[in-house]
Amino acid sequence: MNNNQGEVVKVSGPLVVARGLAGARMYEMVRVGEMRLFGEIIEIRGGDCSIQVYEETEGIGPGQPVFRTGEALSVELGPGLIRSIYDGVQRPLNDLNAKFGDFIVRGAESPALSRETQWTFEPAAKTGDKVASGDLLGTVQESKLVVHKIMVPAGVEGKITRIGPVTGNVDTRVAVIETANGPVDVTMVQRWPVRVGRPVKRKLPPTVPMTTGQRVIDMFFPMTQGGTACVPGPFGSGKTVVQHQLAKWANAQIIVYVGCGERGNEMTDVLMEFPELKDPDSGEPLMERTVLIANTSNMPVAAREASVFTGITIAEYFRDMGYSVALMADSTSRWAEAMREMSGRLEEMPGEEGYPAYLGSRIASFYERAGNVLCLGSDDRAGSLSLIGAVSPPGGDFSEPVVQATLRVVKVFWGLDDKLAFARHFPAINWLTSYSLYQEAVDKYANEHLDKGWQETRQRAMGILQREADLDELVRLVGMDALPVDDRLLMQAAKMIREDFLHQNAFDDRDTYTSLPKQFRLLNLILHFYDEARPALAQGVSLSALQGLDVLEDVARAKLIPEDNLNEFDRLKERITQAVAALPR
Amino acid sequence: MVTREYRTARNIIGPLILVEGVEGISYGELTDIKTAGQDALRRGKVLEVNGDKAVVQVFEGTSGLAPQDLSVKFLGKSQEIGVSADMLGRVFDGAGRPIDDGPPIIPEKWLNVNGSPMNPYARDYPNEFIQTGISTIDLLNTLVRGQKLPIFSASGLPHSRMAAQIARQAKVLKTGERFAVIFAAMGITFEESEFFIADFRRTGAIERAVLFINLADDPAIERISVPRMALTTAEFLAYEKGMHVLVILTDLTNYCEALREISAARKEVPGRRGYPGYLYTDLSSIYERAGRIKGKPGSITQFPVLTMPEDDKTHPIPDLTGYITEGQIILSRPIHAQGIYPPVDVLPSLSRLKDKGIGKGKTREDHADVMNQLYSAYARGKNAKELAVVLGESALSEEDLLFVKFADAFEGKFIRQGEDENRPIEESLAIGWSLLAMLPRESLKRVRDEYIEKYYPK
Repeated sequence: MNNNQGEVVKVSGPLVVARGLAGARMYEMVRVGEMRLFGEIIEIRGGDCSIQVYEETEGIGPGQPVFRTGEALSVELGPGLIRSIYDGVQRPLNDLNAKFGDFIVRGAESPALSRETQWTFEPAAKTGDKVASGDLLGTVQESKLVVHKIMVPAGVEGKITRIGPVTGNVDTRVAVIETANGPVDVTMVQRWPVRVGRPVKRKLPPTVPMTTGQRVIDMFFPMTQGGTACVPGPFGSGKTVVQHQLAKWANAQIIVYVGCGERGNEMTDVLMEFPELKDPDSGEPLMERTVLIANTSNMPVAAREASVFTGITIAEYFRDMGYSVALMADSTSRWAEAMREMSGRLEEMPGEEGYPAYLGSRIASFYERAGNVLCLGSDDRAGSLSLIGAVSPPGGDFSEPVVQATLRVVKVFWGLDDKLAFARHFPAINWLTSYSLYQEAVDKYANEHLDKGWQETRQRAMGILQREADLDELVRLVGMDALPVDDRLLMQAAKMIREDFLHQNAFDDRDTYTSLPKQFRLLNLILHFYDEARPALAQGVSLSALQGLDVLEDVARAKLIPEDNLNEFDRLKERITQAVAALPR
Repeated sequence: MVTREYRTARNIIGPLILVEGVEGISYGELTDIKTAGQDALRRGKVLEVNGDKAVVQVFEGTSGLAPQDLSVKFLGKSQEIGVSADMLGRVFDGAGRPIDDGPPIIPEKWLNVNGSPMNPYARDYPNEFIQTGISTIDLLNTLVRGQKLPIFSASGLPHSRMAAQIARQAKVLKTGERFAVIFAAMGITFEESEFFIADFRRTGAIERAVLFINLADDPAIERISVPRMALTTAEFLAYEKGMHVLVILTDLTNYCEALREISAARKEVPGRRGYPGYLYTDLSSIYERAGRIKGKPGSITQFPVLTMPEDDKTHPIPDLTGYITEGQIILSRPIHAQGIYPPVDVLPSLSRLKDKGIGKGKTREDHADVMNQLYSAYARGKNAKELAVVLGESALSEEDLLFVKFADAFEGKFIRQGEDENRPIEESLAIGWSLLAMLPRESLKRVRDEYIEKYYPK
């Protein structure tokens, strides 16, 4: 028997143990059984290799062959990624559908990047140029929104001896580089092992906000380009809607959406909706900048474990071109559960709640692949990769291991609250428990670029909300009528902030996205009412008269004011001033 | 593959048998287990093979077995079910054998009960309204074709009656489409099972139904394969015969307990409350078999029923179910205690897919607005009631009192309905409007003015 072939000795669910794979390395890909199922070596004990298999293992038994491939689990990177939908190990689901039917059959194979699509390569370098890893060779117009940059692959350095415009599939040679070890042909496609982060020159601190068009996020708990965030919440609290909203409206140039162990119908929703929705900046369909990874809950659990790595490697590749990339993983709990399942089958000593002891370090190493970076290449381009992970804690209990391990590494916490969801307050992000460690950086940016009153406005509004929470407890004991009028006015202002600002309807065309200038004006408008009403109250105007002002109905509808008509806010402000002044004292 | 027979069973642990000295066995293979001197066969399935040892899970349980008397025959194939359109109108046991004195089924096809995951790319988005005739579902938590919407119930609540009512009344507003009901009972009592069979017979629904019955005193391990046989049959009827299939699974709690039993026998590291760490993955392999396929006429809609231990929604079974299914209908003990049927707890219930199945051309243009308004008014009424408990009714404002009255009327007229009362969606909407008429017109902020003009009772 040769070294490249061994045989199965044990099968337990997705775990297969094989013997006789001499020289096999950790995380090497293997093919298992006559059906040649995909698998990956995750443990080596003496001569026995434990393999996690990415497909259902029914019918595999001792004595069947196992083949080495010599390569770690890798993804194909090149033109054609955008608009694709892949499973957890980068098999194109649309091609599988066309070739193998409506259900996923085992052993099905199809190249990740189509070999039929023709791409036109435009060189950006010329013969004789000295180039190194990451240097730009040329570009391919991949979609209406994305110019795909063909870069010198890692480890290649030398002089270009041939380059020119060419049209062909991804395997077409676009350049020849004369290196110290002889000439290297460069095509439009390269491979990269998913468990290894792609190299960068160095990391930079995040400073620029990533706007999402979601008022509670952008104003109170902002995210930055290259930042990390998590969205934990019990079922029914709207995690997936928040993730979808971010995928739709975040101002990143590339979106990678990983549906990791979630519902099939939700992925279908994304697939049907994204080609219809328009990017607010360019007016092109959102699908033109999106890569989807769908490993639904009923698809093999080991491929689910791989799916987040497949996603992040694709995201890093686009980051290396100098793009701002955002990756949404829904949900990292399912990923952690996949790790737990494999760990249990390996009979490892469990940590908390049966999760493996390395849960924390795996989660940390995943989020650490985010960041603002200076890319490889001589042109010093900068790229960013932002990560947003949903977490689905059992019973909505945030003290469980996955939430806790995640909170140790992420900088933004959007805590979803099922009480808010039951009250149909969406997005159900609890404003009292959530936080963002990027607030300072974003305040600084917004003060400089948008309005110098940004930080002050935000802090005042948050102060009102926090005071409301304190007063609320009192109201529950003694009733609203027992509060002094100025506190009742504050309660009114808080209610307006909650209902007219924080509440945002993702399914209303006019309300689903709000730009930063409009967010600022809207919040300002509510505070303006409070500022006008307070002195009036002191002068003897009745609270009910203030609460009954007609203009408040227009404030409630102000969130629907179109983005191109923001002057309307100034008019509304003026009307508030006049209406309050006109009340009898 | 050749069949191989071994008399080398060594250990029996719970529902598992360890067979030694085997060769050429594969994972997931089906086995026949014979005891010397007995005719009855038991069925089993290979859960693990390690070298020459195989762990076999026995569906009928291991009581009365002795290792030295056993002969285990490996069949070289996985668990399959023979399916046919003739299964409609028939009753089967948990092993798929007819128990209604009818003739045996001549299969058109043999299918692996585990099915294959549907390619997400092949899925069609569920957006066709199913009318169940129950107002709290149709108007507030709308069910659509291809959805999985569980009932979270608790012991002593009338979930069976409700499930039977849905099976009886569910229809799509378009006519001329073929509809089937598949009923899978896992560990329910004889009485409950009789109730369903009698109800199906009484209403003639049995003609278009397939029943799989595993009773409380039937082997627990059989419960693992019951939902899979039911769903495999459903997939055949839906995607090969073009039928719209409603699958009722009851009670998933018993299913999960059977799973836990096997896991414990294998000495696996437990997750929460002793349930195996892969409970989520296992449940999803059942629930995710609901759906529609692009370009195919049929669909599978699931209505799983589960009883929450101690009425606790955070117990692993309802919790993990809620993470997979597209919403939940929660039954409430306090509402049941008021004598209201069906005792649906409206506020925490949810259908995630309702937005795409309602509105103009599907139900009626004002549906979404009426739904939101009823919700918010009922929530406000309930809040005011809670306040009244603490502070006394005198502390409520006049407006709050109005909402309290509304909440009571809502429970009495809208939630409450007869077990045989099949309300068309228009009627549910009309009741909704008549309740909203209790409130001043200007407080109906969630309804568009044009709809108030058109539908507000004069």
